[in-house]
Amino acid sequence: MASQVPSTADGGQRRNSTGKATVVRKERRYKGEEVRAALYLIIPSLIGFTVFFFYPALRNVYMSLTDWDMLTDPEFLGVQNYVRLFEDRFFWNSLRVTVMYVIYNIPIQTVIGLGIALLMNQLKNSTAFRGIILLPWFIPNVVVGLFWLMLLNPLVGPVNLTLEALGLDRIQFLMLPQTALPSIAGINIWRHMGYVALLFFAGLQTIPNHLYEAARIDGASAAQSFGKITLPLLRPVMTFVVVTSVIGSFQIFDTVAVTTEGGPMRSTEVMIWFIFEHAFRRFNMGYGAAATMVLFVILVGFTFAYMKITRGSESHLG
Amino acid sequence: MSEQRHSSDKEHRAGTGQSPGNSYERTMLEAETKLRTIRAERIRRRLITAMGIGVLLFVTLVPFYWMVRTALTFPPEIFRNPRSILPPQWTLGNFMRVLGMVSAEEAVALGGTGQALGFFRSLWNSIIVTATITVGQVFFSACAAYAFARLRFPFRDGLFSLYVAALMIPMMVLVIPNFALIHELGWLNTYRGIVAPFFFMTPLAVFFMRQFFVSINKELEESAYLDGAGRLKTAFRIVFPMSMPAILTATIIVATTTWNEYLWMLVVGRDRAVRVLTVALGIFRQQTPQGAPDWGGLMAGTMLAVVPITIVFLLLGKHVVNSIGHTGFR
Repeated sequence: MASQVPSTADGGQRRNSTGKATVVRKERRYKGEEVRAALYLIIPSLIGFTVFFFYPALRNVYMSLTDWDMLTDPEFLGVQNYVRLFEDRFFWNSLRVTVMYVIYNIPIQTVIGLGIALLMNQLKNSTAFRGIILLPWFIPNVVVGLFWLMLLNPLVGPVNLTLEALGLDRIQFLMLPQTALPSIAGINIWRHMGYVALLFFAGLQTIPNHLYEAARIDGASAAQSFGKITLPLLRPVMTFVVVTSVIGSFQIFDTVAVTTEGGPMRSTEVMIWFIFEHAFRRFNMGYGAAATMVLFVILVGFTFAYMKITRGSESHLG
Repeated sequence: MSEQRHSSDKEHRAGTGQSPGNSYERTMLEAETKLRTIRAERIRRRLITAMGIGVLLFVTLVPFYWMVRTALTFPPEIFRNPRSILPPQWTLGNFMRVLGMVSAEEAVALGGTGQALGFFRSLWNSIIVTATITVGQVFFSACAAYAFARLRFPFRDGLFSLYVAALMIPMMVLVIPNFALIHELGWLNTYRGIVAPFFFMTPLAVFFMRQFFVSINKELEESAYLDGAGRLKTAFRIVFPMSMPAILTATIIVATTTWNEYLWMLVVGRDRAVRVLTVALGIFRQQTPQGAPDWGGLMAGTMLAVVPITIVFLLLGKHVVNSIGHTGFR
């Protein structure tokens, strides 16, 4: 199904038209009845989009240039919030923590997801298995965080009790600065690995079997056909997985909020937590807004850079 | 295996001993050995697959099991008997406390901390908020998606590009100004305030359904239109019913995303009257004693949040599992 979906903005209409002449004629003139119907269909979504997406996006830019506590009138500051951010070592800390989190999270999650997908591919009917492994992805982050808060607890958590039974020391996973962030990354890997696996699995299904057969006849080992066939042909899926998971990971909040609240010693103070604290606990709305703008720029920059480097949306299958 | 090869060797020696038969038997022997290694390889592969699946199922399901086990345990026993795989002392008290079915003193007797829990209210709030957002968002997004996919109108492509561009905006960029707006409207801590930003559309829902409408065959709607059905009638009578699988997928995803949402609900709906489950759980977690958290209550609360999802999943899981991989809907 995925391959049938045209990815460009000009979808069905013009593609199916028979000749160039009709295309031009159609483009120039709109039919009144059609435009009216479109208007009725679009208006509710357009209201929602304008009021809750477009306007706030612009307003956020303006807010980032002001000092506003929501009680008194906003005071225009220019770029002062950005200067302050640049000098705020806790902001830099949150940036560093977030990047570290992404580094812990993404490679492992991608490799595990791909491994599970290959495993699914070995099964004749994997629907039940796929269903179970996807289940954590449907559970609220808050709940997943609470699960693991208990499972990793040094006193009652089965993880530590198992460690102890194996003759190892208990680890205060979420309570130590060194282990808290990797633990949170682990928790999110647990939640997302099934989803990532499913995306890879769908990608694997699109690779024609005859390629593998040809490789086998030519004497290629399993490792070789994986490296030379599977991985290159999975590139579009890989790009989708990496880009969306990095964007998602940069915005991690829920798990931190219910497990460590940024602690211990700011070791898990990720960007969204930093912003949340400033905007909604101290009501420095302008300062928080400025930080969100930095986050936005980072994410857009990352996406374009990654696409450019990997030319990721192209596949050899076309 | 080596023993078998040995015996066939003996057979061979006991046989004719002549050269033509010898080479024939040798080929057979080689083929057999090869077959055996292929079989051994296949068995080894199956074994690895089975082990991998076993480990993954274990890792995925144990947290759920431990949640149920803890939720059903009399709280002091959770600390006294952490190694017990079954609940050391069964009780439904945690659920009764969490649902607010007992008084504060009774709650303490059941092993609680006396902390007031109104999860019944929150469960109800979660249901109302999720239902409202899902119905509104899926319906209006489907309408817009159809217009973008099939109808020609001025500024169509530009507008659609704007919707797609909005996909790139991090949630937090919108949360701050939307919070300000809801505050200015005086809608903080109301259902209206919680629901409004997601009720009319999300760019993702429009994008997803547009991609689907573009991919389906046009002939049916075209003939309906030529029969004089009108554009709107064609959409509602022909296209939407035909697209039920995609609309169902969108519905499930929108519903779970809404059910799971934390940040927005926390910011605009902290009041007990409108507090949804995720927010209630977050606040419960904050207020529970640091040294000895009320694990029984927490896990009973998480079960309330997990059970509805699990039911939906059992009913529609197959559909979800099969559609997610294909669409990459997130």
